Amino acid sequence: MTNMDPKGLTRQPPKRLHAETQAVYPRAVDGRFRRLKWAVMTFCLAVYYITPWLRWHRGPYSPDQAVLIDLEHRRFYMFAIEIWPQEFYFVAGLLIMAGIGLFLVTSAVGRAWCGYACPQTVWTDLFQHVDRLIDGDRNAQMKLAKAPWGPGKIVRRLGKWSIYLLISISTGGAWIFYFADAPTLAREFVTLQAPSIAYSTVFVLTVTTMWFGGFMREQVCIYMCPWPRIQSAMLDEKSLLVTYKDWRGEPRGKKSPTGAPLGDCIDCGLCAAVCPTGIDIREGPQIGCITCALCIDACDGVMAKTGRPRGLIDYVTLEDSAREKQGQSATPHWKLIWHARTLIYLGIWSAIGAALLFALGTRQHISIAVSKDRNPPYMILSSGEIRNAYAVRWKNMEGRPRKMQLVLDGPAGAKMWSEDMAKDMAARDLTRIIPADTTSPLRIYVTAPAGTAEGKLSFTLRALDQDGGQVSYDTRFDAPGAE
Amino acid sequence: MSAPENNETGPRIDEPTGTATMGHEWDGIEELNTPLPTWWLYTFYACIVFAIGYCVVYPAIPGIKEGSHGTFGWTSRGQLASEMDAAKAARAPVLAALDATPIEDLPKNPELLAKAVAGGKAAFKVNCVPCHGSGAAGSIGYPNLNDDDWLWGGTLTDIQTTLEHGIRQPGDAATRTSMMPSFGRDGILKPADVQDVVSYVRQISGQEPGNASAQRGAALFAANCVACHNPDGKGNRMFGAPNLTDKVWLYGGSRTAIAETVTNAHAGVMPAWGNRLSPATIKMLAAYVHSLGGGEAFAAPAAPAADAASTGQ
Repeated sequence: MTNMDPKGLTRQPPKRLHAETQAVYPRAVDGRFRRLKWAVMTFCLAVYYITPWLRWHRGPYSPDQAVLIDLEHRRFYMFAIEIWPQEFYFVAGLLIMAGIGLFLVTSAVGRAWCGYACPQTVWTDLFQHVDRLIDGDRNAQMKLAKAPWGPGKIVRRLGKWSIYLLISISTGGAWIFYFADAPTLAREFVTLQAPSIAYSTVFVLTVTTMWFGGFMREQVCIYMCPWPRIQSAMLDEKSLLVTYKDWRGEPRGKKSPTGAPLGDCIDCGLCAAVCPTGIDIREGPQIGCITCALCIDACDGVMAKTGRPRGLIDYVTLEDSAREKQGQSATPHWKLIWHARTLIYLGIWSAIGAALLFALGTRQHISIAVSKDRNPPYMILSSGEIRNAYAVRWKNMEGRPRKMQLVLDGPAGAKMWSEDMAKDMAARDLTRIIPADTTSPLRIYVTAPAGTAEGKLSFTLRALDQDGGQVSYDTRFDAPGAE
Repeated sequence: MSAPENNETGPRIDEPTGTATMGHEWDGIEELNTPLPTWWLYTFYACIVFAIGYCVVYPAIPGIKEGSHGTFGWTSRGQLASEMDAAKAARAPVLAALDATPIEDLPKNPELLAKAVAGGKAAFKVNCVPCHGSGAAGSIGYPNLNDDDWLWGGTLTDIQTTLEHGIRQPGDAATRTSMMPSFGRDGILKPADVQDVVSYVRQISGQEPGNASAQRGAALFAANCVACHNPDGKGNRMFGAPNLTDKVWLYGGSRTAIAETVTNAHAGVMPAWGNRLSPATIKMLAAYVHSLGGGEAFAAPAAPAADAASTGQ
């Protein structure tokens, strides 16, 4: 194998497909973005934990939980909105809005979702604070990690993991309250009377929270999550990024060995030390940067101490960074948003939102479904009349009983009666009171005089109270053909 | 891992990958030693252990006459049996309630009635469909159960009796029975007389206008048929004699069909289901047939939820 590989390709250093996990010990930092992060984190956690406990009175027939996904009864409640399974397109619309909303946010403010609001970020942040609480800041954590196992380390690790576990259990525990009446389920849960699915859900979410938030952390963002990949396809020179202004910082150093002038970066490494994903922002935009801006806080502190203007690392677009380099001023942030792509996303997002609101506002709260008997398609009665049968489902989608009228529109002389009444009461319309939030099936018989030809027939369901509303269903009337 | 020089004793380290080779080569092709990940290997061992355990506790090993039984004693038949027992146990309260309720009281208990109708629907599919059709619409000679024409009565009790004792079943004392004479075949009526009777029957059922033949037929009808079919031709359920004035014809209402009936007569039969089905099943079947739209003696369910008020015209 002397000259099998003249270019020496196989002699190149092996490309490892596997990178060893580098533990990240982010240093504590304070600053305006850190405070914003605290605020967003508090808000997100508060929404998550408090929402299921909010009450919303819906009358005696419906649950009083403001947000409830009632899988057992196939109902989804969100404050004043109640959604039935066949209206699931509202939820689909919300999910589409959430997706396009992420595009919109990315286009307007870059990876703000990753940096502040993503649950992975929020919980990782929480767990990292636990690390600092138990083990101390970055250096102490690194020292403890290297230290041999001893009583002190065991106690600290057990303490830390217990807190992890506590947070994880309460995270998983809060999730189930969205699916059942929270106070009832909480009581059942602690007295071990809750359905087994509640316990298994809490177990799975506890494990995943502990694993993702306590141990995998930035690995989830860098290797598992598809979103950074999608985002890197959407980011361009006009996107708001956390940018190290290399034209200002380089050449970096504490003291120039040759006496040549140095940039503003004193190479203290603080920006990398505070990074929760363990990257060095000075290497340029990269997939590991979730734009949490903690490095901006760190660098601003250093700049203040060294008497230099803030913003060596800053939220700035690559385009503006180049412009600042030439001495021009950066585009104001509000102007960045005024940009075709952002406006188009905003337009699509708002259009879907408006369409959903419109559909929500104008939707009928009654509904009718008819299925005609096909076996037999028609029936001759002893009087010679022709009878067809229909299964009619009256739906009352409101949380109160409603009086409704079913009106027949069909062949001349046709009359209907239902399985719960006598035939001699047959009429062109029937009135029933449909219980709250119920689909009421009723078998309807329609007779038409002998000799009636087959043709169209429709049922109209009308709510008789003052809110009104009506829906129709077209079907057919079968009759023997001419002999 | 540093790349040591090839030596005589140990396996060669492949330079580009830094991985040891297996130490053998064929025409210059070598194999890298990349063992399975430990976790994978132990999962594999665990699977083997599990499989051995599985083979011991479940039927797994085939034999000449029969396979191994397994220490758990599980069989698919046994599983089916226990599931069937569970289903039977779940049905037991309904069946007990049905046994305890006389059929005429069923409408007073709408919940039980609904269960009876549902059960009857299933039992109908198993027992009744071959003759009466899957939609209970019958065919020539087999009554349509959806309509409002009943040979032997259409109340719940009537239907139950018909089901239990059958029609013209020898050996059942209470069976529904009657025998229409074969007027033509036995020479009671001459063929021309048969045609006259047919004309009359077609007249009273509104299929033909009256004529001389029908007038002669009226006299023959009065002499031969009124005992069962009544002077007005509306039949008599005591004998299962059909109403001849309505539009429902079990054997057809054409001249030919009626002439055939008068000449040879028909005597349809139905099994006495009391011999084959439990009383509760018969009640369920009766409730189902009664619910098909032609049931007589309708009683509005007592449920408060069903507000039966119609606004009328």
